[in-house]
Amino acid sequence: MNLKKIYSVLVENRSGVLSKVSGLFARRSFNIDSLAVGETENPDISCMTIVSSGDPRTLEQIEKQLNKKLDVIKIKTFDESMSISRELMLVKVKYNRSNRREIMETCEAMKAEIVDMSKNLMIIQICDTPERTELFVKLLSGISIVELARTGTLALQKCIYQ
Amino acid sequence: MIGADAVVKCLEAEGVDTIFGYSGVAIDPFWNSLLSTNIKCVLVRTEQNAAHEASGYARMKRKVGVCAVTSGPGATNLLTGIATAYADSIPMVCFTGQVDTDEIGSDVFQEVDVVGAAESFVKYSYLVKNVKDIPRIIHEAFYIANTGRRGPVLIDLPADIQLAKIPEFECFKEAPKLRTYKPTVKGNMLQIKKVITVLENARRPLICAGGGIHLSNAEKELAAFVEKHRIPVVTTMMGLGALPTDHPMNFGMLGNNGFVAANKAMKECDVLLMAGARVADRAVSAPDLTFEGKILIHMDVDPAEIGKNAGPTIPIVGDAKAIFKDFAEQTFYCSHEEWLANLENYRSEGEPRNEVKEDFVDSPLFVQTLSEKMAHKAVYVADVGQNQLFSCRYANLRKGSRFFTSGGMGTMGYSIPAAIGAKLADPSRQVVAVCGDGSFQMSMMELATMNQYNAPIKIVVMRNHYLGLVREHQHFTYQDNLNMVELGEEPDLERIAEAYHIPYFRCERTAEINEKTTAFLSSEGAALMEVLTDPMETVAVRLA
Repeated sequence: MNLKKIYSVLVENRSGVLSKVSGLFARRSFNIDSLAVGETENPDISCMTIVSSGDPRTLEQIEKQLNKKLDVIKIKTFDESMSISRELMLVKVKYNRSNRREIMETCEAMKAEIVDMSKNLMIIQICDTPERTELFVKLLSGISIVELARTGTLALQKCIYQ
Repeated sequence: MIGADAVVKCLEAEGVDTIFGYSGVAIDPFWNSLLSTNIKCVLVRTEQNAAHEASGYARMKRKVGVCAVTSGPGATNLLTGIATAYADSIPMVCFTGQVDTDEIGSDVFQEVDVVGAAESFVKYSYLVKNVKDIPRIIHEAFYIANTGRRGPVLIDLPADIQLAKIPEFECFKEAPKLRTYKPTVKGNMLQIKKVITVLENARRPLICAGGGIHLSNAEKELAAFVEKHRIPVVTTMMGLGALPTDHPMNFGMLGNNGFVAANKAMKECDVLLMAGARVADRAVSAPDLTFEGKILIHMDVDPAEIGKNAGPTIPIVGDAKAIFKDFAEQTFYCSHEEWLANLENYRSEGEPRNEVKEDFVDSPLFVQTLSEKMAHKAVYVADVGQNQLFSCRYANLRKGSRFFTSGGMGTMGYSIPAAIGAKLADPSRQVVAVCGDGSFQMSMMELATMNQYNAPIKIVVMRNHYLGLVREHQHFTYQDNLNMVELGEEPDLERIAEAYHIPYFRCERTAEINEKTTAFLSSEGAALMEVLTDPMETVAVRLA
């Protein structure tokens, strides 16, 4: 049974910690579906948001093994449904007169924003749930994508579960 | 005062009296600072053995073992020893020299990222970047290594940090405050009461004792508990010696190399308490099947072990000694004489064994006789391979004796250095290393260390001119199409013994076991005994 889980991991903001945590996933063959790291309100502490999938025993082991790491302060584990999750994506596409209108309509429908433009290139920004960013990529399938960058999922547990 | 002096002062404050290691430019400031102390420095012959000697020392003294080597190849040679200690949860602090901080990352001479290389098999690691951090880091390292689930901690010390002036210096005395590390020692009272209720109602209870019993020094508490409540015990390989072999409640080692009686007990029990055992594959090959229909109580100081290989009915996190002490305070009554009688029956049926051959030395008879003739409170250090499995199954570990082996990693060449470490930790004990001719040749360079530092151990080489256990595997799996297992006739062990100026004994046939073993064990100082065993001998019992 393959389940998805989000791990919100507070770690000491020290050099080498990202490698220790990602190394743990590699070493024990745990999946990383997505990983996002950034400082918290306290500069000594970083928050890693890791999305992983696996059977229930694996998902439990991920939490326990993370807890064993001496740089890990605290872990919150939750399902997607218990969280507010967002992903930021930037896409650089080629456009021409014939498809410009269509691209702009798609952006409008998906609440994406054109943040940079040249004569034949534009960068589109979308910040939405991981499903909708994925959908946006699909909608752009007819257009030539030059570059694409995304942050990976950021998630916080919904307030009612706090 | 410089950084290296501070390291040494901190080690003194932690009560370190012996350091095993190897020199080199990147760690020499440290060795230089050690000249002005009473800490004994033991120069090994290859870095891996520094870790093994520290491991033997740690297991004997039940405190943190310390080793130190140089950067680059020194550090990479140490890795196997660190991984070996990690697999068996041995508390160690390992120092590696490192190139100057401003050179890190530029691939200068003898630079290697040892912190990165060792990451997945250390409990924690430090790269010291500021000389002021030394007192805190060393105090934390000893605390981390020797609490919770014990294990090796690595401290990478750049040469310029060792030489840097340290303005103010004070050793850390109070317990380190680590917000990320709070190991659970005391078991949860509710869980303890649950366990007691389950044991009280059990008809066929069984305790499986693992290496955690030794690591938490809980042998006495375990014995008292099972004697009072007459609960039978089986052990894992790492748990051997948790109860003496001849203890009436001890039904032997379980697993694919273990006793039939122990495995039957595992199969038939209705309540199983795994105490400091991690449900490893060699002990319990199919955990889901084995534990089906049983109440499994899993006691471990490491919460990640609980539920890793088997889902327990009752988890209990904590130190085995503390938990058994709490168990002892609970009054309860249980009786299962019928179950014990059944197990006694299994035991009296005897273990199947291969036919004794007279033209070689029969290994089971030999290790049994050896262990029985060993001095009171002797230390038996088994290497890896057939010698290890024979030792585990047939050695008679008497009260007060100790048994060490590389269980988790199965690192060949462990026994001689570990035995030297144990001997230096407690010179009053007789220490016997039992190895095969393969493992002996991986560690025989340590005979020089043994002589130089006066650590007279007794060495048994069970010689069959093969890597016996792999030969056995290829015999069964590849129908005797053998490759890479034949060691040939070299070296002449009598001349090796002579080269190191130690007495040599030789046992050629089963009929000689008694006489030769007595002579060997009662000889003065160190000695080497070559025991000729049948190259075709198998650990697996082949029923006629």
